[in-house]
Amino acid sequence: MTAVDQHPAAAFEDNDQKPVGHGRMLRKEDPRFIRGKGRFCDDVQLPGMLHLAILRSPVAHARIVSIDTSAAEAHPKVKAVVTGAALAEMGLAWMPTLSGDVQAVLATDKVRFQGQEVAFVVAEDRYAARDALELIDVEYDLLEPVIDARRALDPSAPVIRDDLDGKRNNHVFDWETGDEAATEAVFAAADVAVTQDIVYPRVHPAPMETCGSVADYDRIDGRLTLWSTTQAPHAHRTLYAIVAGLPEHKIRVISPDLGGGFGGKVPIYPGYVCSIVASIVTGKPVKWMEDRSENLTSTGFARDYIMRGEIAATRDGRILAVRTNVLADHGAFNGVAAPVKYPAGFFGVFTGSYDLEAAYCKMTAVYTNKAPGGVAYACSFRITEAVYLIERLVDCLAYELKMDPVELRIKNFIQPEQFPYKTKTGWVYDSGDYEPTMRKAMEIAGYDELRAEQVERRARGELMGIGISFFTEAVGAGPRKDMDILGLGMADGCELRVHPTGKAVVRLSVQSQGQGHETTFAQIVAEEIGIPPADIDVVHGDTDQTPFGLGTYGSRSTPVSGAAAALVARKVRDKARLIASGMLEVSVADLEWQKGSFHVKGDPTKSVTIQDIAMRAHGAGDLPEGVEGGLEAQICYNPENLTYPHGAYICVVDIDPGTAQVKVRRFIAVDDCGTRINPMIIEGQVHGGLTDGVGMALMEMIAFDEDGNCLGGSLMDYLIPTSLEVPDWETGFTVTPSPHHPIGAKGVGESATVGSPPAIVNAVVDALKPFGIRHADMPLTPSRVWDAMRGAPQPPI
Amino acid sequence: MQVPAPLEYERATSVDHALGLLERLGSSARLLAGGHSLLPMMKLRLANPEYLIDINDLHGELGYIRMEPAQIRIGAMTRHRELLESDALAEAFPIFRDAERVIADPVVRNRGTLGGSLCQADPSEDLSAVCTTLGASCVIRNRTGERVVTMEEFHRGPYETAVEDGEMLVEIRIPVRGGGSSAYEKVERRAGDWAIVSAGAAVWLDGEVIADARVGLAAVGPNTTGLPAVSEALRGKRPSEDLYERAGALAAENCNPATDMRGSADYKRHLAKELTRRALRRSVARINEGV
Ligand SMILES: Cc1cc2nc3c(=O)[nH]c(=O)nc-3n(C[C@H](O)[C@H](O)[C@H](O)COP(=O)(O)OP(=O)(O)OC[C@H]3O[C@@H](n4cnc5c(N)ncnc54)[C@H](O)[C@@H]3O)c2cc1C
Repeated sequence: MTAVDQHPAAAFEDNDQKPVGHGRMLRKEDPRFIRGKGRFCDDVQLPGMLHLAILRSPVAHARIVSIDTSAAEAHPKVKAVVTGAALAEMGLAWMPTLSGDVQAVLATDKVRFQGQEVAFVVAEDRYAARDALELIDVEYDLLEPVIDARRALDPSAPVIRDDLDGKRNNHVFDWETGDEAATEAVFAAADVAVTQDIVYPRVHPAPMETCGSVADYDRIDGRLTLWSTTQAPHAHRTLYAIVAGLPEHKIRVISPDLGGGFGGKVPIYPGYVCSIVASIVTGKPVKWMEDRSENLTSTGFARDYIMRGEIAATRDGRILAVRTNVLADHGAFNGVAAPVKYPAGFFGVFTGSYDLEAAYCKMTAVYTNKAPGGVAYACSFRITEAVYLIERLVDCLAYELKMDPVELRIKNFIQPEQFPYKTKTGWVYDSGDYEPTMRKAMEIAGYDELRAEQVERRARGELMGIGISFFTEAVGAGPRKDMDILGLGMADGCELRVHPTGKAVVRLSVQSQGQGHETTFAQIVAEEIGIPPADIDVVHGDTDQTPFGLGTYGSRSTPVSGAAAALVARKVRDKARLIASGMLEVSVADLEWQKGSFHVKGDPTKSVTIQDIAMRAHGAGDLPEGVEGGLEAQICYNPENLTYPHGAYICVVDIDPGTAQVKVRRFIAVDDCGTRINPMIIEGQVHGGLTDGVGMALMEMIAFDEDGNCLGGSLMDYLIPTSLEVPDWETGFTVTPSPHHPIGAKGVGESATVGSPPAIVNAVVDALKPFGIRHADMPLTPSRVWDAMRGAPQPPI
Repeated sequence: MQVPAPLEYERATSVDHALGLLERLGSSARLLAGGHSLLPMMKLRLANPEYLIDINDLHGELGYIRMEPAQIRIGAMTRHRELLESDALAEAFPIFRDAERVIADPVVRNRGTLGGSLCQADPSEDLSAVCTTLGASCVIRNRTGERVVTMEEFHRGPYETAVEDGEMLVEIRIPVRGGGSSAYEKVERRAGDWAIVSAGAAVWLDGEVIADARVGLAAVGPNTTGLPAVSEALRGKRPSEDLYERAGALAAENCNPATDMRGSADYKRHLAKELTRRALRRSVARINEGV
């Protein structure tokens, strides 16, 4: 802990006291955001720039009979109108998704979800572009839509993907993990088995900034510059090279400041491709920015898992096995963003934090007439669903065994000496020490007092609930032998240059959507080479300026790129040591490193600072034998394993018995993400994720009517929480470093989003115990809680 | 960014100017008050007026809360925030402050107006429920004169009012009687959201018994709903939990909610009952506390 850490108030008042390395400090990027000087995609203005608007399908499933664009083309400000047929001529009507499927850029044959891209208009301004959409006349021949995933595999269901050769049903994939027979054997012999149907409804990342791009194609030298809202600029560049047939070295993808991503900006959306085509066709820069409704109805959703969970245990509460059967709704195109070998993402960690004898999961994924996606929405590739499943099941078991849910969890935790721990589904948890984390949360919460209060309140007819969740996350994808996206390995590069005056620039292959990379990564480097964070510039989000890597999502920046940054800094330090030995005229072995300088062992007065060394590295004098000038290095870090952060969350809710409104009274979050680089940034990530969890647990859901109309197309219909729905977060931490990460850090970006929904739902269900309720599905809106209070909880879909 | 369709725009400088423009432009024109209902609809292109007549400069003429012995007159351009902050109004009818506290958020309240709220005629509109509860009347003006209609006459259905082409709402009048108080209860899915259901109540006591009482509900029918049956059941009775219970049951019977994203019809009916009870209970408590 640094001195500043002990005085956080001082750190907020005076950023000059910031640590040279890890510790609490204000974010370097904040001045520009606070002053409205961030530069987002929509801020990009280029001379002669045109504007693109997309015509979207008003219906969920229909054959396109005809499209008449003549009136739109006649609009005086319109420069081009492009349909799917026109794209087909260029071979661009379809594009690959991140999961081996194809997706229509513009519909040619059929529309397959409401909001699907049908045509686009390029005009002099965005008003004219939007007006001209209304002049396009599309004739649709309506088809029966498939909205309920449960009906998708019914032989009578219409085939959505008749574009795929020989496709006769709506099946996407079957996937299984674990040992079916062994699990069955354990279940057959167990004292207790509990089965629970659990739905994780479709939700949307809903970032503050919607998606968009500005494409600038230079017809003379064939260079394409694309500013776009992407969490993975390098991966996107490679995909554009493949999709559009443009040579990769002529493509520059710039991801400027992003107003949130949450996984929703990992996929390539048709709009990006349309803007590229439009710039090629018109020879002008073209901007596309989707509006809020387009964002909510057409970009990647998350979740949409219909699960049946089973848990087996001994009568005294030893959990033996977990089994689940999942029906996954993938929408109209399989656009899941996950490593190729993991069609269900990392759902395989559904065994949670418990030492089990057996586990098995079988999953079937189906197409429906809904927006495609299944993105890693702050979920570390489906771990949100996995953690929700196991943490709900454990509570169902506690309910049946009449055991305290904390006691049941502690009794079954994987023990510290069992790490590295291989789960029954094959995941190797790197490190963990669960019980102290749980105990810390209980201590902050005053758990025993809360339970005593609950007894009193129940006696008075009041509804108070206490919910627990304990999660283990798997983040930092990932080892390239196992993990790739469309053949691109999930390793990350990093480059560090120290300038002659001892200032530095570090170039990352990951990029920030608000996580504070410009601060965290400067601190990681500062810790290793002793240059203050203020003197280290962090460059990210521009493929021309940064080494290749797969981008920021799945909480992978610190586990992967953070490791790269630390290692590249150590490489620079090693070179600095050689130069220092020359400067001090002693052997390398006689030098001692003290953050920021080398001194001669036993004589601290004989020392050179890293700044002195930087000047010497670039200076006129001689360097030691075999040492090249300059002070810089580059590496590509291939993680050995994922990192496995964990956390214990406790939620306290009160429910108004008359109106069924849920109020989150308290929320205690104790996170263990290994080494803590900037505690303030970690807390910020946790606060955001917890708020997200309140949204999912209590109000968020992308619903559809039976015709496939999306009922969540505006923020009036798709509710996200505000500061008034959340309590003052009470956070704490424990530190169990990752053994394989160079600085022991684990990811934390998504921990709270993963861990909080089950804590909140468990609290609500606990409050409803007097009504004999063991489970109720999200979103727990007042109306749905009231259903539960009357003993009739309803699934949301 | 969502952008509206092309339109022409003019700022009215006086009520007469606005009425002149309305008369000339007919149904192709819409008034723009706070814009917090109209502009979102225009951006979604659910409303596509050809002409927009901005009446925000009429705030001087139509932004007022006048306390008179027998009535309170509130100008149509009075903003949510002014209604929230008026101590005189809160003293006469605490229901206003109750409601304003739960309408939207400060940004919307800074601009949104009483007139716009009533003219929007959304069945979930909180101020419509307040005005219904208080038996308000609406003053509609055109170039030739003024007419005064009751709230029941004013709202003709969802998003439909008695304001004809060439007319505008200029004032709301609320009758004032002694010995009463009022309250507003709302259940929403999230702060600032529209009501799942809300209930307003106003009660006047004569000694120990209820001289008169009114209940108004939002979001349980085509318009905010006044409930004469509840008034009848309450008049002449002593306030009691049983009485509130009966009034609540009547409210639930006399409304017509629909299932939607905000909640099931059954739940809304339940809320009509529960919130009616709460609003009555609170109104009576306020009288007894002298609030
Ligand atoms: C995020 C958000 C949340 C909200 N939450 C709530 C809520 O919880 N509860 C609630 O009750 N409301 C809510 N509202 C609506 C808000 O109260 C609006 O301001 C109000 O409904 C309309 O008032 P306005 O002045 O903005 O009207 P405008 O939008 O300007 O006008 C609305 C309509 O009335 C017409 N009009 C306006 N003034 C007159 C007049 N004097 N004569 C004739 N016609 C007129 C206009 O032509 C238009 O058709 C919310 C709005 C937003 C944006």
